[in-house]
Amino acid sequence: MSLDEPTISRRGLGRLGVAAATLAAVGAVKAATSPAAAQAAGGTIKVGILHSLSGTMAISETTLKDVMLMLIEEQNKKGGLLGKKLEGVVVDPASNWPLFAEKARQLISVDKCAATFGCWTSVSRKSVLPVFEELNSILFYPVQYEGQECSRNVFYTGAAPNQQAIPAVDYLMSEGKVKRWVLAGTDYVYPRTTNQILEAYLKSKGVAAEDIMINYTPFGHSDWQNIVASIKKFGSAGKKTAVVSTINGDANVPFYKELGNQGIKATDIPVVAFSVGEEELAGIDTKPLLGHLAAWNYFESVDTKENKAFIKDWKAFTKNPKRTTNDPMEAHYIGFNMWVKGVEKAGTTDSDAVIDAMIGVSVPNLSGGYSAMMPNHHITKPVLIGEIQANGQFNTVSETPGLVVAQEWSPYVEDTKDLIGDWRAPMRCGAFNVKTGTCTAGKKA
Amino acid sequence: MRRIAALLLLIILMQGASVCRAEGIDDAYEALAASAGSISAASFNSVRLGIEQLAVSGDPRAAAVIGALQDGLLYANDDHALFIQQPDGSYADARTGNPAPDVTDDDVKAVRINNAVRSAIEAALGSLQLFAPDVPTRLAAASAVFTSHNPAALPALTRALAKEADPAVKQRMEQAKAAAIVYDPDASQRDRLAAVATLRARGDQDARSLLSTLAGQTGPVADAAASAVTAIDRVLQIWSVAQSVYYGVSLGSVLLLAAAGLAITFGVMGVINMAHGEMVMIGAYVTFVVQQTMHAYVPSLYQISLLIAVPMAFLVSGAVGVAVERSLIRWLYGRPLETLLATWGLSLVLQQVVRSLFGANNRDVDTPAWMSGATQLGGLTLTWNRMYIILFAFLVVAALMAALRYTSLGLRMRAVTQNRRMAAAMGIKTPWIDALTFGLGSGVAGIAGVALSQIDNVSPNLGQGYIIDSFMVVVFGGVGNLWGTTLGALTLGIVNKFLEPVAGAVLGKIVVLILLILFVQRNPRGMFPLKGRAVES
Repeated sequence: MSLDEPTISRRGLGRLGVAAATLAAVGAVKAATSPAAAQAAGGTIKVGILHSLSGTMAISETTLKDVMLMLIEEQNKKGGLLGKKLEGVVVDPASNWPLFAEKARQLISVDKCAATFGCWTSVSRKSVLPVFEELNSILFYPVQYEGQECSRNVFYTGAAPNQQAIPAVDYLMSEGKVKRWVLAGTDYVYPRTTNQILEAYLKSKGVAAEDIMINYTPFGHSDWQNIVASIKKFGSAGKKTAVVSTINGDANVPFYKELGNQGIKATDIPVVAFSVGEEELAGIDTKPLLGHLAAWNYFESVDTKENKAFIKDWKAFTKNPKRTTNDPMEAHYIGFNMWVKGVEKAGTTDSDAVIDAMIGVSVPNLSGGYSAMMPNHHITKPVLIGEIQANGQFNTVSETPGLVVAQEWSPYVEDTKDLIGDWRAPMRCGAFNVKTGTCTAGKKA
Repeated sequence: MRRIAALLLLIILMQGASVCRAEGIDDAYEALAASAGSISAASFNSVRLGIEQLAVSGDPRAAAVIGALQDGLLYANDDHALFIQQPDGSYADARTGNPAPDVTDDDVKAVRINNAVRSAIEAALGSLQLFAPDVPTRLAAASAVFTSHNPAALPALTRALAKEADPAVKQRMEQAKAAAIVYDPDASQRDRLAAVATLRARGDQDARSLLSTLAGQTGPVADAAASAVTAIDRVLQIWSVAQSVYYGVSLGSVLLLAAAGLAITFGVMGVINMAHGEMVMIGAYVTFVVQQTMHAYVPSLYQISLLIAVPMAFLVSGAVGVAVERSLIRWLYGRPLETLLATWGLSLVLQQVVRSLFGANNRDVDTPAWMSGATQLGGLTLTWNRMYIILFAFLVVAALMAALRYTSLGLRMRAVTQNRRMAAAMGIKTPWIDALTFGLGSGVAGIAGVALSQIDNVSPNLGQGYIIDSFMVVVFGGVGNLWGTTLGALTLGIVNKFLEPVAGAVLGKIVVLILLILFVQRNPRGMFPLKGRAVES
């Protein structure tokens, strides 16, 4: 499907009778509450930044707040947006999921932010989703996630499972000759959904059920002794074994320490992680982890002109030569630049106009290519597989030849295999069943 | 073209290097140099073949070049000449070892490695180092050859075995030879059966792993392998019970450390201190600061910085504890609900203070060399850091008991908790004893932080993960009783570790909590309730 179809001009066309009337009515109500109306008066455009600055998730999210402030500052140096200055509005949802929804409501209704960049965990995104849909505002979500979602009001700039997990498993299968799989994860929605997809995928590739071990641990699990021992035992069945880790946050450090202490090297049982980046490795002695893998769409070690410039700006902005960069930061970099382009294309910050204008927008990513916003509100990305080096950086050992388009609904899960999301007119549906030809959810009148 | 070259390399490899040694060496170096800067699957494969060829070539520079590749210091320029980066950043020609002063960073690209290449490197270095002069290197080399079980290493192994004098190394080499022979299609059936017997005698998971691949095939060797796997499994099964006990004791010792301080502040004084975990966290950050200071100013003491951190953590956390008691808790004695709320608020304040001072990210506290790795005791894998923590936990509790029983401060503490008014009448300054008791409990929590920095994240949230467990241990063991706390921690640890493999970590934790609720309902004063008049007051 072509991307450069003029979507804005299609608004209101081809809709008759009740549908048109409803649209008009919704439009009228929206005009009164729309953030754009408030901005027209002032000389600034407000950008919401919804990242936890305290609590468990502060470790990951504080950096994203900083990178947003840097991007906003740089955009202002370039003359702002639509002739107005950008202003970042920082709130602290304190790693408290219901508080995310409250703060989101405040950003949209009180601060009148034109768009919001935020959230890390899937549970926080699920918490704010109804708010963004109800108040018709825009959220940019920068973290790899489990997919199975496609909201009109959210732009997903992180990776869907097929842009991270599945290429990583493919790499291990072809390069590492892995035959036996441990799917280890923290017990919440992202690992559970990802492992469900991966299990179905592995079985579709002919992996027997007894060659898959699934293990869940609570958040912040710190005693990994017998789990690591059971992984070791599982790996001694004479077939090459690998661990696919969706272990999140704080539990990773004790997990990797235990692996190192029990002498499991990457050449014996490699661990490929989807939630461990440069930032997380900064808290670990990486020498015993040499060669364990991570799959992302960006590494700090990527050797491109754009990336070098970004790292230089980042270190200058934070005034700290040791600050690392990571994948979700790149996602915000791409998302912010896309939003700027989308607003320029629409000529306004009005949510409806920007949402329509965003599709097809394409901006440079940091790994030397261009990422484009697809009709499913996900972006195209390259997939990189990296091995941990002694200095805490990743050494890229594999890269997909081209950009990978996100599959927001997994084709490996029975319930969602026939669904697609397409927010262009005339479909405008987040979950369209191609078999039955009906829109099952997320229909926008 | 590349495929033909790879095939050629393989053929040379099979034939043994002696046939065309000089050309083989050139090809091997060319294979390494041509792949510089590339991350394609074909280039990694060519590097791997190059290493295997170099290892058997007999070239005196082979070990140096392969070692440099392992450390990521091998570079090649556009003319396919190889260079090794020196510690000072300059380059030396890889094939001669002579300095190459004209070469700069811009001229060369690194030869990249991945896990497959890394395995080949370990195997190659293993067979090259079988003749190393020192015993640990030979032992490591023999283990590497065992892991790679490549029949190509057999000639080198046979020569090394003939010369070997050390019995441990000799045994490991025999095992390595057996591992190579069972996978050697050319070996005679008798040799292979003998090799299976050798591996069966080794009897660990690595041996099982090697044998179970064979067990799937047919023939007498496969049958022998299958029966060996069954025999090994039976032995490992028995060891696994002992291993679970060890894991349980280890988890129990961590719980004990975390709870020991609380056994004083909550158990003896009756203060519901929700900021107890933050005292642990402060101890962990003190460890971080001490280690950084040692690293910067006294590198010679770096390896023992943990030992220095123990008294420091005690003093810092203890001082914070005294300050908290004087400023906050002493106004709230006898009002448990207010104490709970105030100390919970305090815990949030302390977390955010640490977050503002040190940042939200985890801090990296290094594990000293003497605490890294594991040792093998029969079928048990004992990790050093856990062993030291078990030892340390019992030392701390013993010291705490001794302090309470034999020191004058301990006497006063017991006097004040048993009968405050009588103690005051005897001239004991009860408010100061309260402050010091609270300080002691907090200081012990700080010491726990030093140990936890070795197994957990040093982050502002460190304490939160332990506060509930600590209360659980103290209540379960019996409030006001250090023996109870000790036994409570060990019981909970062992029960947890036996439940975990059956029920999974998440459900296991829930089951433990439910069992605990049922137990406390029947025995509200825990396993070892205090008796006598102290209970009534």
